[in-house]
Amino acid sequence: MKTERENNDNPLGYPTELVTADTTYRSASEQVADISLSWKPHPRAWYIGFAISFCLLMLLFLAVTWLFIRGVGIWGVQIPVAWGFAIVNFVWWVGIGHAGTFISAFLLLMSQQWRNSINRFTEAMTLFAVACAGLFPLLHLGRPQVFYWLFPYPDTMGLWPQFRSPLVWDVFAVSTYLIVSLVFWYVGLIPDLATVRDLAKPLWKRRLYGVLALGWRNSARHWQRHQTLYLILGGLATPLVVSVHSVVSFDFSVAIVPGWHSTIFPPYFVAGAILSGFAMVLNIVIPIRKFYGLENMITSKHLNAMGCVMLVVALIVGYGYVVETLMAWYSGDEFEIFMILDRMTGHYSWIYWLVILCNVIVPQALWSRQVRLTPWKLFIVAAFANLGMWLERVVIVIQSLSKDFMTSSWQNYTPTFWDWATLFGTLGLFFTLLFLFIRFVPIISISEIRELVHERSHEH
Amino acid sequence: MNEKSPHPVRQWRSLEERAATPEFREWLEREFPPLASEWHDGLSRRSFLKMMGASFALAGLGACTRQPREKIVPYVSQPERVIPGRPLTFATAMPLGGNAHGLLVESHEGRPTKIEGNPAHPATLGASDVFLQASVLDLYDPARSKAPTHRGEIAPWPAFQQAMLEQTQRDPTGAGLRILTGRTTSSTLIDQIDTLRQRMPGLRWHHFEPLDASTIERGPSDPVHDLSVAEVIVAVDADPFGEGPARLVNIRQWANRRSRMDRSRPRLYVAEPAPTITGARADFRRILRGSAVAGLLRQLQEGRADDEWSRHLLADLERHQGSCLFIAGRSPADEVRALTDMLNARYGRSAGKKPAQSGSPDSLAELAAAMRAGEVQTLLVLGTNPVATAPSDLMFGEALGRVGFSAHLGLMADATAQACQWHLPEAHYLESWSDCLAFDGTPSLVQPLIEPLYGGWTAHELLALLTGTINSSSHKIVRAFWRKTAGVTDFEEFWRRSLASGVVDFRFNDAAEETTRREPQSSRAGELEINFRMDPALYDGRFGNNGWLRELAAPLTKVCWGNVVQISPATAARLGLSTGDMVTLERAGRSVDGPVFIQPGHADEAVTVTLGHGHPAGGSNAGYGFDAYPLRTTDALWTGFVSLRRSKGKQEIVTTQHHQTMDGREFVRVVNSADEKPDTEPPQKEETLYHPDEFLQGDLQWGMAIDLNACVGCNACIIACQAENNIPVVGPGQVAMGREMAWIRLDRYFEGTESAPEIHFQPVPCMHCENAPCELVCPVGATLHDSEGLNVQIYNRCIGTRYCSNNCPYKVRRFNFLEYNGDVSSSERLQKNPDVTVRVRGVMEKCTYCVQRISAARIEVKKEFRAIRDGEVIPACAQACPAEAITFGNVADPQSRVSRKKRSPLNYGLLAELNTRPRTTYLAKVRIE
Repeated sequence: MKTERENNDNPLGYPTELVTADTTYRSASEQVADISLSWKPHPRAWYIGFAISFCLLMLLFLAVTWLFIRGVGIWGVQIPVAWGFAIVNFVWWVGIGHAGTFISAFLLLMSQQWRNSINRFTEAMTLFAVACAGLFPLLHLGRPQVFYWLFPYPDTMGLWPQFRSPLVWDVFAVSTYLIVSLVFWYVGLIPDLATVRDLAKPLWKRRLYGVLALGWRNSARHWQRHQTLYLILGGLATPLVVSVHSVVSFDFSVAIVPGWHSTIFPPYFVAGAILSGFAMVLNIVIPIRKFYGLENMITSKHLNAMGCVMLVVALIVGYGYVVETLMAWYSGDEFEIFMILDRMTGHYSWIYWLVILCNVIVPQALWSRQVRLTPWKLFIVAAFANLGMWLERVVIVIQSLSKDFMTSSWQNYTPTFWDWATLFGTLGLFFTLLFLFIRFVPIISISEIRELVHERSHEH
Repeated sequence: MNEKSPHPVRQWRSLEERAATPEFREWLEREFPPLASEWHDGLSRRSFLKMMGASFALAGLGACTRQPREKIVPYVSQPERVIPGRPLTFATAMPLGGNAHGLLVESHEGRPTKIEGNPAHPATLGASDVFLQASVLDLYDPARSKAPTHRGEIAPWPAFQQAMLEQTQRDPTGAGLRILTGRTTSSTLIDQIDTLRQRMPGLRWHHFEPLDASTIERGPSDPVHDLSVAEVIVAVDADPFGEGPARLVNIRQWANRRSRMDRSRPRLYVAEPAPTITGARADFRRILRGSAVAGLLRQLQEGRADDEWSRHLLADLERHQGSCLFIAGRSPADEVRALTDMLNARYGRSAGKKPAQSGSPDSLAELAAAMRAGEVQTLLVLGTNPVATAPSDLMFGEALGRVGFSAHLGLMADATAQACQWHLPEAHYLESWSDCLAFDGTPSLVQPLIEPLYGGWTAHELLALLTGTINSSSHKIVRAFWRKTAGVTDFEEFWRRSLASGVVDFRFNDAAEETTRREPQSSRAGELEINFRMDPALYDGRFGNNGWLRELAAPLTKVCWGNVVQISPATAARLGLSTGDMVTLERAGRSVDGPVFIQPGHADEAVTVTLGHGHPAGGSNAGYGFDAYPLRTTDALWTGFVSLRRSKGKQEIVTTQHHQTMDGREFVRVVNSADEKPDTEPPQKEETLYHPDEFLQGDLQWGMAIDLNACVGCNACIIACQAENNIPVVGPGQVAMGREMAWIRLDRYFEGTESAPEIHFQPVPCMHCENAPCELVCPVGATLHDSEGLNVQIYNRCIGTRYCSNNCPYKVRRFNFLEYNGDVSSSERLQKNPDVTVRVRGVMEKCTYCVQRISAARIEVKKEFRAIRDGEVIPACAQACPAEAITFGNVADPQSRVSRKKRSPLNYGLLAELNTRPRTTYLAKVRIE
C-alpha cells in the first residue's frame, strides 16, 4: 500500500487517490449502507437542511395550488415577455441534470474510474433535477389540464402534435432523458440494494430492499449481465448528454426572436448545462462529504477532476458569449445588433455582466490547483456558476423577449412573488428528494468502491 | 278539497265530485292510483333498490345532455322576422353633445350587441367612433340606476309622480320651475317644453353641455365646416377630427382626399398647445399656447409672419386664395371668432355653418344665478350632471341646496343624483323613443332596441308628467309630435320609412343665436397656462364607467385608466419633473393632484388636462384618474392659468406603449411627396426563390390594406373590434403588467425632436402572414392557415404555451393570463356577440379578420350559388373607420379594391424583411413639403 505522501508524488503533484488506503470491502459496505440503515442520529445539518427543504416544498405546493386556481397570470408573464421564470427554471434544472449523466455515462464509457464514488449521487441528482425541470413545462401551460395533448396518442379526432414545433421535440427529449436516467440509476443501484438487504436487520427492511434488489445474488453471471447492461445503458445515455440540451436550445434557436435565433445555441447550451451540473454536484458533494465523513471515498482527486471540467466548460461558455456578440455584429442585422447592445447596456445589463462575472471570470480561479483542492473555495466558485447559469437563462429568455422587433410592444418583465415562490419551491422539491435519498439509499456505489478496493489490492 | 267535509260540496268540478261516490273518494286519496297501490302493497326493499338503481342509471344517461334548470319557453308563435341565431339590424340615432349620430344597431334575439354607423345618415356616413361603439356597453352597465330614489332611499315611481304633481299644483304658473337638459335637438322635447310654457308661462328651460361653451354662457356654438373643398385647412387650437358633431364627416372628407392618388391633397396646418389627432396628422404643425390663439390669428390677418410655419402658410394661402378654410375652436373670445371670420372671408369659401340647434334655451350660468338668488323652487335635471361638470365658479352643487324640490333623471347615481332629492333612472337611448337632429339639421328618430332594462323613463315621459299625464309613453309622444309636424297624408308610411332608413325626410328652420362677449384671461407671474380638453375616451366624463373606454389608450399619450397632466419636455426639465411625478395644480382657490406626463410636441410653459376622469360619472370604474373639473371656471373654460407645485410621490401611469419611437426601424414608412412614384409604375418585383404566388392558391384569399395617409388615429377600430369580438376588459393592474387584450392596437410613434416631433399612427391588427412564424412553433397545431389564407386560432385546441406570441414579430397575439371573462356581470354578458367564442383562461387569441363575418357571407353566397362580392365582408375595424383607411377583401381577385390598393407603389409589408409575407400591408405615408 502506498502512503498518502507517496500518493501525491506523481510528476504534476496532483492527487491520484480514488479511495484511501484504509478502505476495505467491509468498511466500504458498512460505511455507506449504515447511512441508509441505521437509526442513529444523522448529522444535525441533515435535519436543518431537510426542514428548510420541506418548508420550501410546501411553498411549491402552495404556489402550484394558487396557480391552478388563478392561472398563469399570477406570474409576471405578459406580452411581449410571454415566457418568464418558468422557462428559465426549466432550462436551468435540465442543465443541472446533465452533470449526472455526464459523470455516470460519459465517464463510464471513457473508463474514468474517479466517477465511481460520485456517480450514484449525481445520477440521483439528475433524476431530481429532471423531475423539477419536468414540472415547469406543465405548470407554465395556460391550460395545464390538457398537457397530454403534447404527446402523440391516438386521439379520437385524429389530432397529433405539431411535429415542427421544438416544444414537441422537448417532450420527447426530456421524457427519454428521464426514462433512461431512471433505468440507468436503478440498474446501477441493484447490487447495492442487495448489500443493504443483506446488512439490514428488521424483516420489513430486508423485504423492502430485497424486492428492490430484484433477487440479486452476487453471482458471476449476474455480474457479467449487469456489467453488459450497464455499459449499454451508458452508451444510450451518453448521446443524451448532448442531445437533450441541444433540443432544449432549439426552443430558442428555432424561433425568430433576436437573441434566440442563433446556431451557436446547441453547443453553448450543452456546455452551460455541464457547467451548472458540475457546479451543483460540487455544491452538494462538498457538504455531504464533510458531514458524513466520506472523505475517504470522495477524495481530493474527485474535487480536482470536477474543478478541471468546470474550468473547461466555463471557457466554452465564455467562447459562446464572444461568438454570440461577434455574430450579431457580423450579421449586420439591425435587430441582432440592437439586441446585443441592449443586453450589454440596457435595462437588464446588470444581469448580463453578472453572468459574465459568474460564468467566465470567477471560474478562472480554477486555474489554481490550490482552489481546486480547497473544498470551501471550490464550493464558492461552484455557487457562482450555479447562480450565473440561472441568470444566463434569465438574460436569454427575458431580455430577448422584452425588446424584439416592434418597439411599440417593448416592455420589461417584473417577477411576482409567485415567480419566486415557484423557483424556491422547486429548490425545496429537489433538496427534499435529495435528503430523503441520502437517508434511505446508498449514496455511493458500494459495489464500485469495492471494485476500486479490489483493483488497488491487485496493484501490489 | 272538500273530501273530508260531510256536507255536499258547494263548488264542484265534475259530476263524480258532486256525487262524492266512494270510488271518487278513493281516487282522491290515492293521488297516483295505479302505482300508489303497489307502494302500499309492500314494495320490497329489493325492488325499491332495483327501481332506484334503474332511475339513477337513467338519470346518468340523461345527464349526458344536461338541460338548463330554468324553464324553457319556446315561441308559441314566432315573432315576425325573428329567427333564432340570426341578428336583426335596426336604425336609430345616438344623441351626443346634442346632435344626432345615425346608427345601425345589431340585435341578437332582442339584445343590442353591436353598433355601426348608418351609411344613410349625414353625421356618420356608415362610420362610427369610440363613443358610439362603446355606448352599447353603457346600456348593460351593472352600475346603472335601477329604481327611483328619494334622498338616497329607494322609492316607487308612483311616489315620485305624486310628489311631482303636488309640486306643480303648488306652482301652477311655473314661476319657480326650471328644467335643465343637456344640449338637445330633440324636436319632440322642445315641442313639449313649448307646450308646457304655454301652460306655465313662468317655466324656464336651460341647457348645459360641459364641452359646449355656448351652453354655459350664451354664445355662438362652434361652427361646422366643409373640408371637402378646401385646399388649405388651418386649424388653430381646434380638433375637427376629434371633437364636434361633424368629426366623422370631417375625417371622411379629409381622408378621402388624402388617400386619393391624384396629388391634389389638401394641406393641413395646425397650431395647438397639446397634440391632438388633428395636430398629429397636420402637414405643418406649430406649437402654440392656448392663450396665444388670438395673437396668431391677428398676425395672420395682418399678413405678418415671424416663423417658418406662418411664412409657409401665408404663401399657401395666397396660392390657394378662395379655397382655404380657417377653423378656430373653443376660444370664448369674440376677437378669435371675428378674426376667423375675417380670414375665412379673405381666403376662404365660407365661414362654416353652426350646428343644427332648435329652441333657444337659457344657459347654465343663468340658471346658477337664479338658483343662488332663490328664484328656483323646482328643478328638473334631465340627463346631465352639472354638479360634477359645471364650471366650479358657478358653485352649482351649493346652489342646488337652495332649491326646494329637485329631481334628476340620469343613467347613473352620479354627483347630481346625490345632490338632488329625487333621482330617477333614465332610459338609455337604446331603450328610448325620441328624435334629434344631425349637425346639418337632418332629423332622425331614436327607436329602442330593447325594453328599458330597469324601467327607466325618458325625458319625454317626465315632461309629460308635468302636464298631468301619468304613465304616458314616449312612443306615443314622439309619434304624436311627428304626426302633427310632418304634415303627410300617409303618416304610417312616413313613420315606417323614417324608422327603417334612420333619417327623417323633413327640414326645420334654424333658430337664431345670441352672443355675449368675454375677454381672454391673462396670466400672473409664475403661473403656467392650463388647457382643459375633452377626453378622447371619456368625452366629458359621461363614459367614465365604461370599461372599454376606460381601457382605451388615448391616441397621443397612450395612457389609459386615468388622465395625466401633460407638459412639454422643456418645461418638465425646467421644473425638474419626470413622468409619473405627482403635482398639485391650483387655481381659483381649488386644487387638484395629478401625475405629470411629459408629452413631446406640447407647448412650453403650459399644461393640458383632459376632463371627465375621477368621479364625475359615478360607478365602480369611475374612480381612476383625477377630476379636473374643479379647476375649470366660466372665464377659463378651455384655457386659463394655474400654479403648479410638486407634491409628494410618484404614480405609475398605465400605458399600452412604453417606447415611443421607431429607433430607426421603418414601421411607418414615409415618402416625401417629391419622391413619390406615379401610380402607373409597376411595383417592384420581389426577389424570391420560391413561387411568388405560392400562397395565392384558390379563388378566395383574404387580405387587408391599411392606408396610413388616411388613418387619423381616432381609435374607432379598437372599440369596434372589442365590441364585435367579445374582447374582455382586464383592468388597470393587468394593463400595467402588459396584458391588454386589444386585437387591433394603434401604435403611435414620434419622429424627430422631442419638442416638435412628427407624429405617426399605425393600426396593427394580425398580419395573417403567409409564412406565419406563430404556426411553426405551436406544439399542438392550434394556430394554422386555412384555405382562404387566414391565420386561424383554434381556441379549444390551444393549451397556452404562448410560444406563438414569442415568435410573432408583430406582437399582435393576446393571451388570457387569467379568467378575464369570469367576473363579467350578468347584464354585460348580454352584450356578447353570440357569433364569437368567449375565450377561457389560458388560451391565446388574436385578430381573425372577423372570421365570423366571413363565415356568415360564405353561408349566404352558398344559398345563392354565387361568389362573395367585393366589399361583402367588412371586418368590424374597417366598418367603423371614419377615414376608410382599412380596405379588406380578396387579394386573389385583381379587381378587388384591396388588390388595387396593394398595387400602389406605396404598398409595403411591415417587417417584410423577415419573410413573413404579411397579408395585411400598409400604404406608406406621403409627407407633403
